[in-house]
Amino acid sequence: MRYLPLTEPDRNEMLRTIGAASVEELFVDVPEGARLSGKIEGLPDHASELAVERELGAMARRNLVAGEAPFFLGCGAYRHHIPASVDHLIQRGEFLTSYTPYQPEIAQGTLQALFEFQTQVARLYGCDVANASMYDGSTACWEAIGMARRITRRGKAILSSGLHPHYVLVAKTMARFTGDRLETRLPELTPEPDTAALIEAIDQETSCVVVQYPDILGRIGDLSELAERCHGAGALLVVVVTEPVALGAIRSPGEMGADIVVGEGQSIGVGLNFGGPYVGLFATRDKYVRQMPGRLAGETVDAEGKRGFVLTLSTREQHIRREKATSNICTNSGLCALAFSIHMTLLGEKGLRQLADANRYMALEAAERLSRLPGVELVNETFFNEFTLRLPREARPVVRTMAERGVLGGVSLGRLYPGEASLENGLVVAVTETVTHGDIAALAAALGEILA
Amino acid sequence: MGSGESAGGTGTFTGNRALMLEEPLIFEIGDSSTTGVDFDILPGTGRGTAGTAVEGGERSEHGEAGPLHQPAAGPPPRSGEDKLGGLQRRRPIGLPGLSEPQAVRHYTRLSRQNYAIDLGLFPLGSCTMKHNPRLCEKVARMPGFADIHPLQPADTVQGAFQLIHKLGEWLIRLTGMHSVAMSPKAGAHGELCGLLAIRAALEARGDAREVILVPESAHGTNPATAAFVGYRVESIPANERGRVDLEALKGRLGPDVAAVMITNPNTCGLFEPDMIEISEAVHAAGGLVYCDGANFNAIVGRVKPGDLGIDAMHINLHKTFSTPHGGGGPGAGPVVFSEALTPFAPLPFVEKQGDQFALVEEETAGEHHGSSFGRMVAFHGQMGMFTRALAYILSHGADGLRQVSGDAVLNANYILRALDGLLDAPFGHSGPCMHEALFSDKGFGEGLTTLDLAKGLIDEGFHPMTMYFPLVVHGAMLVEPTETESKATLDQFIGAFRSLAERAKAGDQSLKAAPVHAPRRRLDETQAARKPVLVWKEPAEAEAAE
Repeated sequence: MRYLPLTEPDRNEMLRTIGAASVEELFVDVPEGARLSGKIEGLPDHASELAVERELGAMARRNLVAGEAPFFLGCGAYRHHIPASVDHLIQRGEFLTSYTPYQPEIAQGTLQALFEFQTQVARLYGCDVANASMYDGSTACWEAIGMARRITRRGKAILSSGLHPHYVLVAKTMARFTGDRLETRLPELTPEPDTAALIEAIDQETSCVVVQYPDILGRIGDLSELAERCHGAGALLVVVVTEPVALGAIRSPGEMGADIVVGEGQSIGVGLNFGGPYVGLFATRDKYVRQMPGRLAGETVDAEGKRGFVLTLSTREQHIRREKATSNICTNSGLCALAFSIHMTLLGEKGLRQLADANRYMALEAAERLSRLPGVELVNETFFNEFTLRLPREARPVVRTMAERGVLGGVSLGRLYPGEASLENGLVVAVTETVTHGDIAALAAALGEILA
Repeated sequence: MGSGESAGGTGTFTGNRALMLEEPLIFEIGDSSTTGVDFDILPGTGRGTAGTAVEGGERSEHGEAGPLHQPAAGPPPRSGEDKLGGLQRRRPIGLPGLSEPQAVRHYTRLSRQNYAIDLGLFPLGSCTMKHNPRLCEKVARMPGFADIHPLQPADTVQGAFQLIHKLGEWLIRLTGMHSVAMSPKAGAHGELCGLLAIRAALEARGDAREVILVPESAHGTNPATAAFVGYRVESIPANERGRVDLEALKGRLGPDVAAVMITNPNTCGLFEPDMIEISEAVHAAGGLVYCDGANFNAIVGRVKPGDLGIDAMHINLHKTFSTPHGGGGPGAGPVVFSEALTPFAPLPFVEKQGDQFALVEEETAGEHHGSSFGRMVAFHGQMGMFTRALAYILSHGADGLRQVSGDAVLNANYILRALDGLLDAPFGHSGPCMHEALFSDKGFGEGLTTLDLAKGLIDEGFHPMTMYFPLVVHGAMLVEPTETESKATLDQFIGAFRSLAERAKAGDQSLKAAPVHAPRRRLDETQAARKPVLVWKEPAEAEAAE
């Protein structure tokens, strides 16, 4: 067995040192009735690399690969080109096979990279500070709601109708058990996001308003007034960003007054991976740092006065504070955060803005082309790289039929909001720099034919 | 700070020492006009993709003086409007870029300041740092797994569902449990999943309880998770053999106790021999049993948790099934459930329906899974970890996985017995340990601590063991070698550990200076916490903030 270096003579010699007759003897504490005397029956034995590759390769080939089809899916996960060096660097064994940097003298690589990551995220979001990552956007969103409760000591959160429905469901699951009250509503196929309704809903019990930017339908709204109204009522504004590339083109949430900004970082450096692992981003104001969940890297000096980095403010965390911690999170998304950071370093501000432009130009072209199809209407007044179309009939079967023709044409709102008649004709189309003019033509042709 | 400033006695102009290379921050070497990524000329437009206007001459909100992004001439293709609703990002963002060679060098240099499993023994107790096979990396990167979207129509991702289902089946078979939830993102998220199911089950029977019992040796995530779900946490003591005090536990059980959370093997590296009796007592009192499966590596293929009366247990795929730790994640924490808890398991999950695989979500759950506590994460879990874990599991097979736990336990006992004559092993008298050996700092000379021994190990070329955990042992040193270490490596480690223990016992104060050969000497953690510097600022701005 190729991953096990001990030889039979090694084992025997070691058993002699221990004073045990057999390895089985070392399991003496396992109740005899439950102790297995041999391998578990009915499962296959060990296999060669070749055999494993063959078996898993066969499964992989059953899937329609995004890169091999005209591809327009978004809604919280986006397909972008990732420079080859990103994947090479995160596979350096010193990054890939290291642990959480608990021994900083021999983990400066990870710690410095996290410090750089935190700074990049804070700047992208327009916030003072960011943490070293969360699991993903949806869990980061719930953590933000919990943090707002701790800061304001209020228990009612108002969730925008434009917040990703999975994020809403995660919050609902948690709120059921924590006693938080959530105000939620369904989105409407209107040109503008629901900012006005959110402002209307704020009251003295509101801990926070949670709004997605751009929202689930791709719409973009100015959040400045919403932020002011929140602050006026003693509530916080939590902004969720599921497509970080958008922030290369549009104003940052922090600039508009957001108190906590969270989101999904998958777009930068991580890849689709069928939904995970992804990387949750989490940023806030300096004054709220001690209420923040998750790990933080901070700068310090060593015994010789050299600059170095350590994990810090860990008195917020579970391994120190146990039941009084700000969150139960332990393992986060370190390697995905590194991938994000490397990709962002390769882009730099110039590249990020160019990437954002490439996305929105292709999206503008696609929106124009698709909204010319008979019966198809562009819902959005505003969008970045994702917009919603109202089809003349239910979108979900249309998406399936397009897939049968080899076109992955978007996400139907019926998939995200099953059973909601008012949304069933909606199709959300994401257009990134990976989309070609030919892809847009293929989508237009497929959609046109199916709707004809 | 440039690398040249920190010569610190090395006597070189650069501050570097041969292969030990200092590396500044990206903010000190990059600027906002450099990029390491080229973009295509947009076909049909005859020009490149630059173009978001920035207000000229304005300084960044972060104070960079670097050249601003230059807008390209011309409007976007065809449409005259930008559709951004007047929200164009005008102010500089302050994100430095590096050319590709600079970036590759930056991160390669950083990587070399890390210790890693690829470099040597990494015996962090309870963390299971074992070899990460590269086959798993290769498989995870197959386009059929890496380049598919979580919301693709089910017919286009049958192979992905098949993989999730197959891994789930293995986990159920290996644990002897009834069902599995694949979506939890990490161990602590798995604990959350288990407790949510327990709470949903108790509420369904109209018996919401409020207390979770946790042994004092538990991982910090256990009480933190219980509190996160709104439970009150009470601690139960250990006995002199390092196990749960059964009588104390029984004495505390009652109608207010929702569940106990037991780590088994526990964080002292010991199997809980009374586990069946514990489960029976908890069930008799109307509670449920959560098992923290962080240490499943010690028992995989040797005992099925399902035979011990457990109702829910998370499995850290990044421990037992060797998906890489990646400097702190991503992990994956699938949870296996007993029959009693299965109806309350989360959404979504993959189900085999005839020849097809279906994803059961909120829409279809009503038919047969209406009691589910709901969704705990967007999409369906850590696919990239599932592919790696399944590649690892298939490589080992049923016979290999049994050998894994056997060798892991053998290695740990070898270390325990090689050192327990010299070091205090508080539970060494009670019989063999499981996958990790626990020592205390008893007998160390004046002023010398576990921390000093740990830092000494760094100079010897090893990653230290887990320190000061579990809390039930003074100056705890928890050593988990795992099964992927050879006897030669263990012998060298034991030699180094013995030498350091002898120095500590002899009161050798020079250990206080360790490490002296690492990229950094001991770091000032107190200063880091007292005056937190969590993001980089321009020197002028940082000074102004003083």
